[in-house]
Amino acid sequence: MKRNLILAAVIAGSFTGSAMAQTELSLWYHGAGSANAEEALVNQLVEEFNASQSDWKVVIETFPQLAYNDAVGAAALAGNLPDILDVDGPIMPNWAWANYMQPLGIDEAKLEGYLPGTIGRWNGDVYSVGLWDAAVALTTRKSTLDKYGIRVPTLDEPWSLDEFNGALEKIAASGDFEYPLDLGMAWKGEWYPYAFSPLLQSFGGDIIDRSTYKTAEGALNGDEALAFGEWWQSLFENKFAPGTSQDAADRDNGLLEGKYALSWNGNWAALPVVEAFGDDALFLPAPDFGNGSKIGAASWQFGISANSEHPEGARAFIEFALQDRWFSAFSDGTGLIPVTASAAAGTKNYNPGGPLEVFYDLSKAQALVRPVTPGYIVQAKVFEKALADIANGADVADTLDAAVDEINEDIERNSGYGH
Amino acid sequence: MASKLTRSNRAGWLMALPGTTLIAAFIILPFFLAFAFSLTNQRLASPNPTEYVGLENYRELLGLAFFTLEPERDDAGVVVRDKDGDIKYPRLRKFTRNNPDFPALQGKREWFSWQSGDNRQVVLASDVVFMKALVNTFTFVFVVAPVQAGLALALALLINQKLKGISLFRAIYFMPVVVSIVVVSLLWQFIYSPGDGLLNNILSGITFGLFEPRDWLGNPSTALGSIMAMSIWQGVGFHMVIWLSGLQTISPTLYEAAEIEGASKRQAFRYVTWPGLRNTAVLILIVITMQAFALFAQIDVMTQGGPLDSTQVLVFQAVERGYGKQDISGGSTISVLLFLIVLGISLLQRWLTRERT
Repeated sequence: MKRNLILAAVIAGSFTGSAMAQTELSLWYHGAGSANAEEALVNQLVEEFNASQSDWKVVIETFPQLAYNDAVGAAALAGNLPDILDVDGPIMPNWAWANYMQPLGIDEAKLEGYLPGTIGRWNGDVYSVGLWDAAVALTTRKSTLDKYGIRVPTLDEPWSLDEFNGALEKIAASGDFEYPLDLGMAWKGEWYPYAFSPLLQSFGGDIIDRSTYKTAEGALNGDEALAFGEWWQSLFENKFAPGTSQDAADRDNGLLEGKYALSWNGNWAALPVVEAFGDDALFLPAPDFGNGSKIGAASWQFGISANSEHPEGARAFIEFALQDRWFSAFSDGTGLIPVTASAAAGTKNYNPGGPLEVFYDLSKAQALVRPVTPGYIVQAKVFEKALADIANGADVADTLDAAVDEINEDIERNSGYGH
Repeated sequence: MASKLTRSNRAGWLMALPGTTLIAAFIILPFFLAFAFSLTNQRLASPNPTEYVGLENYRELLGLAFFTLEPERDDAGVVVRDKDGDIKYPRLRKFTRNNPDFPALQGKREWFSWQSGDNRQVVLASDVVFMKALVNTFTFVFVVAPVQAGLALALALLINQKLKGISLFRAIYFMPVVVSIVVVSLLWQFIYSPGDGLLNNILSGITFGLFEPRDWLGNPSTALGSIMAMSIWQGVGFHMVIWLSGLQTISPTLYEAAEIEGASKRQAFRYVTWPGLRNTAVLILIVITMQAFALFAQIDVMTQGGPLDSTQVLVFQAVERGYGKQDISGGSTISVLLFLIVLGISLLQRWLTRERT
């Protein structure tokens, strides 16, 4: 196989007139047909890497995001994984545990100063690293807060629970908006654990007990989690936020159209807000519900597959990608957060004084990765359903108990997921 | 028949080979694999070895328990009531969670309950979501099968006339069948949209604003009904065509004879059309029943089983567990149960509609 590959590479090389034989490395990427510049930048990255040295030639294959994880699963069963894998941060532990991936083997000193969410660790080893991160903020307008006499919170002094509830009440009472708060309930799937589990953590609960990763008992159904659940339900009972049947178009445009006063949304949706409101746009940190203000971290990252025959080549590619100029290029092209402070300084939006600078600080100060466990795939689904059910009026304690039972049963059936 | 098959017929077998191989590889083999997986703890991706677990998966899905919840009493033994006068009960979680006195209730959840005297009778299930999916699926089948078959017959009778432009009507009624169910689901999501959706607008328009806009898919009491209505609309054209082909096999001489005998329209339908459609009716009933049990795309696109499990159905749960939660054994178990249910109902229908000699 190896010889064939080299042979093929030699033949291909001689046709293209390249002087040296390059060994082919395959790379799978999830963003086929993505709306922004991400796909083009990944292609540019590959081209520049191939031109920069003579040992390796990376060949990229792109997949639509919805089919990507299934394709990787099927390839793993068939033993056909590519050398370099693109992986969503919270999924990585599952793939590492299932032997789809191997540790990166990159000197960790090189990763110093990176945003915490961009480094994927499992069992003490770094398995993946991202070229960007994402962050979530409460998006609103300064004029809105001024109108209702609400204090503008800061990173050092975020809103407290009472302040936040008070603000929602004031805005709701004015009747100026359809709903004071847009949580993005229309975005089913990973959005729920990504955007809402940090709120639970700020209350003092969690999806799972992270000291052992063996049980969710006490974390997801303890007093803090119950308090979170009751508060969560009250948002929908009091008509502070649209529920699970929210129209997807309202989610995208509701804030701009003036239907909502505040929107809990990611930095990828921030540029249109800046364009529409200019200096009036505000990106606020999450409220501090008792245990600090928290947001989620980790986006798509690169790693090396377990059955790669040339991990050193894959490593060389990933190390080539870990440069400030790439971080800046991806940030400028996609609006995502650059990985290092020095890269941020060279971007359009995240440089000091830039319109989205606040997201870099948010990401650095508050970002918390989702539970680092192979069972996360199941836990995310269970958490999503529990939050949807509570929003729709289910009994809080019973729902959270049921979620705990399902998570624990799954951990047991998987012999502890290797923790 | 048997002699024809066994007779030397190599070319025939050869021609059947590609199709048979594909069916064997993609339908028959997975079918037996599902049976096998349902007896193990097979995962979609896991480094752990697969283990045989016997009927554990079935027990986890089907486990039921019955419990009488007694009201809280004060020291004098009088039933405690809250300020509205409702009886106060201890929380069920006291009994179902880590209570060594009630091992049979461990991990079970309330499915439904009713009042009897001061006590509350509670039926608990190991897997409440599965039970709800089971009930919803049966509800869906028992409503959709007769309504869709009846509507399709009515449409078929309407378009089985020699009128100008009748093929236009045929095309219109058939159109939803040609459109992908995913597209139809997305469109109906807009129609059912809360607030100013199309349906809400029309209803408040024709009632001059008396109608209160509803959140059709977001309300547990209307969600399943909304999906039924949309599914019937989508599928009715297909069965209309089958009815139509049945209608056209009935010889016109029979109608002429009935007319000469002085039969009314209703009598002609009762004594000529209906007996002539017998075989078509059996086919349609079985096909709709099987299609209705396989309900998936509408749920996946429109509600994902919510709100509050009011639209959970078996196939959606099988996919959700097998793929979403990587639990192939759990998904397989649901598939096997679904197979047994559909098989049982098909046999029953065959028996009920058998030729009586």
